[in-house]
Amino acid sequence: MTLDADQSDAAIRREHPVPVTPAIKRLMTGVPIMKAISLEEAVAMVPAKASVMVGGFMGVGTPERLLDEVVRQQKKGLALISNDAATPGKGVGKLFDAVLVSHLTASHIGLNPKAQQQMLTNQIAVDLIPQGTLVERIRAGGCGLGGVLTPTGVGTTVAEGKRQIEIDGKTFLLETALRAQFAFVHAFLADYLGNLAYALTARNFNPIMAMAADTVIVTAEHIVPVGVIAPDHVVTPAPLVDYLIANG
Amino acid sequence: MDAQTIIARRVARELRTGNLVNLGIGIPTLVANYVPPDLQVFFQSENGLIGTGPIPEQGMAHPLLTDAGGRPISALPGACTFDSAMSFGLIRGGHVDVTVLGGLQVDAEGHLANWMIPGKMVPGMGGAMDLVSGAKRVIVAMQHAAKGKSKIVSKCTLPLTSARPVTLVVTDMAVIGFHGGKATLLETAPGVGVAEVLAVTEAELVIPDTVPEMKL
Repeated sequence: MTLDADQSDAAIRREHPVPVTPAIKRLMTGVPIMKAISLEEAVAMVPAKASVMVGGFMGVGTPERLLDEVVRQQKKGLALISNDAATPGKGVGKLFDAVLVSHLTASHIGLNPKAQQQMLTNQIAVDLIPQGTLVERIRAGGCGLGGVLTPTGVGTTVAEGKRQIEIDGKTFLLETALRAQFAFVHAFLADYLGNLAYALTARNFNPIMAMAADTVIVTAEHIVPVGVIAPDHVVTPAPLVDYLIANG
Repeated sequence: MDAQTIIARRVARELRTGNLVNLGIGIPTLVANYVPPDLQVFFQSENGLIGTGPIPEQGMAHPLLTDAGGRPISALPGACTFDSAMSFGLIRGGHVDVTVLGGLQVDAEGHLANWMIPGKMVPGMGGAMDLVSGAKRVIVAMQHAAKGKSKIVSKCTLPLTSARPVTLVVTDMAVIGFHGGKATLLETAPGVGVAEVLAVTEAELVIPDTVPEMKL
């Protein structure tokens, strides 16, 4: 049986009516759906001793304003997950300046003498993890996986205390999934819905962490109307974003 | 020619058109300066870029475009950016053709130690363990000896970076390969004799009948 295009379209509309909810109407007319909140409100949600993932790589692509507010509100005893410890005064380095971290999970802290010193004096417990393993553990946490199998670290101190699994004659380490209560994410563009796009090398851990925390809080260099980020260029879909920090 | 220049020039000769290459911090970074102009090589920066270009002109740096050490870089035409999962998927997945890394020790079986000195320096391994585990060819670029002590040792005393042996070590005195699981002297630096190399090498080296001089 063949139908001409109009008949087919009309039939589909009858069978599958598309609901136009007030929210969709607002979206179609360009009225914002996600309300941006203040830094103060956002950080007030974070309790002391919270586990927090922070995007960025050596302070590039880090939500600096959120960290400044964490320092202002003196959130102590944080369990921080980030690629590195950045440098004093920059990115997550500010959290070590203010001695707010009690546990750090990272791949590299060598460029932050304060973090090193706090580790050597046992002020903070540090898990050093190969960078590729760290990002895959976070990715697993965000994707509903129990963990990943990686060849990285086999035969090194990293393998100590971990299960090793042989597959087709090759040995892998079982590395378990990593999640946190909060993810602090920095985007280049956020639209009124919360869709995110990133710039240049500031993407790094941000979109991966946006999947792996109970509450995702985002700062963006530019907040733009829906549609400015083309569907193909959205990296983090809006439903993953819980709070967008107001600009200006 | 100083030691670093010899090492960087010799390593650059290992690169081929079409290679995806990851350069570590230190001497490895210098390799980019000696890539012949007719060679089309893609440089990866593991913080999320393929197509790494030189340091931008004064006033042209962008805060969101840096290398893995956080220093400003530029991006060449055709460059692309990606997240850290993609970046390390490229590395671990065998898509990186050559990685060039610094070293503290390499032993007679080609094992590399380059990420910590217990009790002294514990910076973390960053991406080094993934690079050595996953790149197709792993080249270590380092001085042959430090403070008169051989860095080519019988067995690594420092914690290993990977159980997988490296492909090649290029020093200011020699090129050493590990084909067949044994350290083999492949080349000597200009003006350096085989005996001189042996005198400052702790590891036992296989010496082939002819050991050519490095071409730089």
